[in-house]
Amino acid sequence: MLHLTTGRVGCLLSKQAVVALTGSGARMSSHGHHEVSDSVDMSQPMYWDRLDTPLPDRPWKDVLDSTDKSLKQKEKGPWTALSKEEKIALYRLKFNHTYPEMKRPSHEWKTVIGGMFIFFGITGLVVFWQGHYVYPPQPHTFGEEWQAKQIQRMLDMRINPIEGFSAQWDYKNKQWK
Amino acid sequence: MSLAKPAMRGLLGKRLRFHLPIAFALSLVAAAAFKYGVTGPRKQAYADFYKQYDTTKEFNNMRDAGVFESVRTTGE
Repeated sequence: MLHLTTGRVGCLLSKQAVVALTGSGARMSSHGHHEVSDSVDMSQPMYWDRLDTPLPDRPWKDVLDSTDKSLKQKEKGPWTALSKEEKIALYRLKFNHTYPEMKRPSHEWKTVIGGMFIFFGITGLVVFWQGHYVYPPQPHTFGEEWQAKQIQRMLDMRINPIEGFSAQWDYKNKQWK
Repeated sequence: MSLAKPAMRGLLGKRLRFHLPIAFALSLVAAAAFKYGVTGPRKQAYADFYKQYDTTKEFNNMRDAGVFESVRTTGE
């Protein structure tokens, strides 16, 4: 099964090359270059779709066919002579996405929230396991009896008798107010 | 399509002229609310408490409850 003919290997490679070109760098696909590479040549003017930097160093389509070239020639004249479709075509030559297209909402938030909850769940399991297997026994001061004696002692000492703890206790009737 | 030229200067001044009086007024409101809502009632609560505070009686109650280390309970 690993014995592919050279023809088949070549076909596979070119398919992967096409996928790599269209997938990794949309900004590269309209640029006329011959080598297969995932990395961008940073010494050349770049194109980008960014909300905060509106005008990239180069137009979207560098390689113009004859119709594009004639349109560019017409652009050198008065723009009132251009039809609406021609203006839109010129825009699309220069830019890849419009601002609304750049700002289009994605489904990423579902992944984020989902991932968050997954990790909450895992953390919950870890915490539960920890409470069962790691924690030492609780100090004796946490017991019901001890807590009751503690509260009684606090009331006897008149802790915060004006606005706080003992202020809530009715000393005459021996109950909480 | 001729749009009006947007404001190019005085943006911070405009913002301050709008927001500073509001901020000042809100701070005064916050201070007044705290004075009449928190410190006023608190002072009153302390005054009321100590108006009918019988020191000796409270001391004897605490002593009988056994919370002192330097004073024995009565009847020992």
